[in-house]
Amino acid sequence: MMKMAMIRNRAVAALAGLGALFTVFTAVAPAPAVAAGSNFPLQRAPVNLQDAVSLQRGAHLFVNYCMGCHSANYMRFNRLTDLGLTEEQIKEYLLFATDKVGSPMTIAMRPADAAEWMGKAPPDMTVIARSKRPDYIYTLLKSYYVDESRALGWNNLAYPNIGMPHPLWQLQGAPELKVEEKQSHGHAVQVKSIVAGERGMMTAVEYDRAVGDLVNYLVYMGEPWKVQSTRIGIIVMFFLAILLVFVYLLKFEFWRDIKH
Amino acid sequence: MSNSPSMTAPAVGKAGGASFTPGTPGAEMPQRRKLLLAATSAIGAVGAAAVAAPFVASWFPSERAKAAGAPVDIDIAAIEPGMLLRAEWRGQPVWVVRRTPEMLATLDTVKPRLADPDSKAAQQPDYAANATRSIKPEMLVLVGICTHLGCSPTDRLQPTEGWAGGFYCPCHGSVFDLAGRVFAGMPAPTNLVVPPYMYLNDTRLRIGEDSKGA
Amino acid sequence: MSRIIAAGQGLVDWVDERFPLVSTWKYHMSEYYAPKNFNFWYYFGSLAMIVLVLQIVTGIFLTMNYKPDALAAFGSVEYIMRDVSGGWFIRYMHSTGASMFFVVVYLHMMRALLYGSYRKPRELLWIFGCMIYLALMAEAFMGYLLPWGQMSYWGAQVIVNLFATVPVVGPELSVWIRGDFLVSDATLNRFFALHVIALPLVLVGLVFLHLVALHEVGSNNPDGIEIKKNKDPVTGKPVDGIPFFPYYIVKDLIGIVVFFIVFFAILFFGPEMGGYFLEYNNFLPADPLQTPAHIAPVWYFTPFYAMLRAVPAMFGSQFAGVAVMGAGVIILFFLPWLDKSPVKSIRYKGPIFRTALTIFVVSFLILGYLGVATTDVWGKMPEVLPIIGGVEVATIVSRILTVAYFAFFLAMPWYSRIDKCKPEPERLT
Repeated sequence: MMKMAMIRNRAVAALAGLGALFTVFTAVAPAPAVAAGSNFPLQRAPVNLQDAVSLQRGAHLFVNYCMGCHSANYMRFNRLTDLGLTEEQIKEYLLFATDKVGSPMTIAMRPADAAEWMGKAPPDMTVIARSKRPDYIYTLLKSYYVDESRALGWNNLAYPNIGMPHPLWQLQGAPELKVEEKQSHGHAVQVKSIVAGERGMMTAVEYDRAVGDLVNYLVYMGEPWKVQSTRIGIIVMFFLAILLVFVYLLKFEFWRDIKH
Repeated sequence: MSNSPSMTAPAVGKAGGASFTPGTPGAEMPQRRKLLLAATSAIGAVGAAAVAAPFVASWFPSERAKAAGAPVDIDIAAIEPGMLLRAEWRGQPVWVVRRTPEMLATLDTVKPRLADPDSKAAQQPDYAANATRSIKPEMLVLVGICTHLGCSPTDRLQPTEGWAGGFYCPCHGSVFDLAGRVFAGMPAPTNLVVPPYMYLNDTRLRIGEDSKGA
Repeated sequence: MSRIIAAGQGLVDWVDERFPLVSTWKYHMSEYYAPKNFNFWYYFGSLAMIVLVLQIVTGIFLTMNYKPDALAAFGSVEYIMRDVSGGWFIRYMHSTGASMFFVVVYLHMMRALLYGSYRKPRELLWIFGCMIYLALMAEAFMGYLLPWGQMSYWGAQVIVNLFATVPVVGPELSVWIRGDFLVSDATLNRFFALHVIALPLVLVGLVFLHLVALHEVGSNNPDGIEIKKNKDPVTGKPVDGIPFFPYYIVKDLIGIVVFFIVFFAILFFGPEMGGYFLEYNNFLPADPLQTPAHIAPVWYFTPFYAMLRAVPAMFGSQFAGVAVMGAGVIILFFLPWLDKSPVKSIRYKGPIFRTALTIFVVSFLILGYLGVATTDVWGKMPEVLPIIGGVEVATIVSRILTVAYFAFFLAMPWYSRIDKCKPEPERLT
């Protein structure tokens, strides 16, 4: 019996060890570097894949403000039924007249043409939130400011000299850069920030929400099965827990044969 | 780690009252062991089936295939009497023919020479299992694939000598009438397939979906 | 019921007259005697087999929709994940399985180090294992190119360029491996062929040999003593052995279920595993014109990658680093002849070996971390220091740990001999 208890203890210890390893691995080790433009401090994107209304607004913004230049070639319009939209609604509000509801979110502009016009073809957005990460995109879209020295009149604090002009300027307006001299440890440091300029269609609060919705949508689009996957995962965990009880009992039932 | 000296292997357990040597055929297993084995196997089988399900599902048509196979809407206003329009549905040719009254009249006269004149075989939706094999008598809708080996027959809508017109398959010579019904004694065993279809209005047809939501 | 059993027995008899069915079953299962004191560390062999099967099955299903074409590969992976029913599950099983394969194989190898499972008479068993590890690295490397993301592309570019450092034939060799002057469609196609056919065949073959060798010499155990030395005079069976079937089958089931809990938790809740299992930059399609700011191999290669970076260029060539990296793997093969200790298991080995093994494991883990991180992760040494002033701290640490890694092996013949070992017991404890 003593031996049995010891085996059990050791199994528990081993499990605990694995769990600890797992936690340390994910928590302590910093995530591999992300290809962000700079070391600009990132703001946290309000991602909530359960918020269907936010996702619907985000989808709307994406179709209207991003799909002029950016495709989402691997995403089909009819998948947006995930967000609680009906196919009729998708056709009415999001589709261009010529598209079928089952077609992917492609754009008319050919990448080669785009590269010629803009220097570089605008990247596909389907999995952009998986590579660039939500916080970065959220911060980027909130860091545009007017800069007359740039060809298109826009610059960005999070991505200096970005090629893309402010895609949401109609909503946000024309924010400006504010540079302050501050004393830090006896040195003068420049602190740059964005301040409101000429107003757009939205207030600052509304704009933050809109960018949040858009990023939320991009996260959804990167992994549209995520909500389903989490739900299945919970069922699988319960199932395996039950199976574990049975295999555990089975093992000890058989091992009663073995004398110690 | 207890250092008990009385270790013997593989020890025969006396569990559940019955003597039992594992691995011996016919040996009686203790009741508890049997139950646990059965329960674990059953749960394990459920798990295995659940894991297998997505693999089986992956063989069904993908979203891309479904999008490509989605119903097709076509405008039939421009089809002149006696003309045929080709459309594509699920990668197959679909023919839409506006038959003239003369053409419709031939359907009765060829009947004795057909293999299945009354469309008994299930090669069409119920609403097309009639004398003209169509919803509206003049508009014929057919999948243009021969029921013999899958060639696409050519249309011979104008009457020729000894034949009132219809469809002719160049591969093995099967002949069909102006309702897609096969003549007797041909290589093709059955009539041409009528796909599910419906009228959205007088001039628009939807192929691949009918009012039953097929 | 009894008639069904009789019919089944009849079928077994029929087969057995034509094929060694019952004797094979007995030899490898019901009369394969394994030491009765297997602990936690002994789960990982069977788990590695399970993962191998999972990888093969999921891999077969992935090839049904994957396109090994530079223009279509990235899109075909997204197609699998989005348009194919169950596709994301199958793909994540494969991507999670790749990393988990290395997790279980590393733990399996750790077990061998702990209990001296590489010692006589298991040298060949160990060598087959090392060959499996090598084949697995090649398999993983080739497979990582297939999604055709930025990390796939540049990872392959960097690794293939390592071959260019080989003296004399190097540049030609790397061009030959790629089939082009840069990683391209030709490279993708040949890596695909090797990944889905050639290397899986090699792996399965090696696993078969590994098992044949294991069942010939019998399993080692945490005490590192041979149970075959102590047989029952009547039955001729090892006194401390128990039949693998059913006892270790039912025991391994626990390990398998626990493993699946970890495996499916990752798969369903975080298949990217914080960017370690699926690197974020690999969701950008391969772009031969733009290198990502920071390239690191996948985590399971990083200890060796850190060794590569630790070695400075010599005579204008990185070849020394490449040689060190290669030696880091190859040296494993010689382990059975480096260990001169009178005992096998860590339980009876002395303080020197225990210390050496601890330093080795810690070195390997820190090297693994440094292989993922950028070289400036810990800043630079103060400029005032002679020689090392201004050099990155991480580089210095990598160099020290690389030396420690090799010292574990190269000094083993010496320190394992002078170590104060405890006597091995006569019987399993």
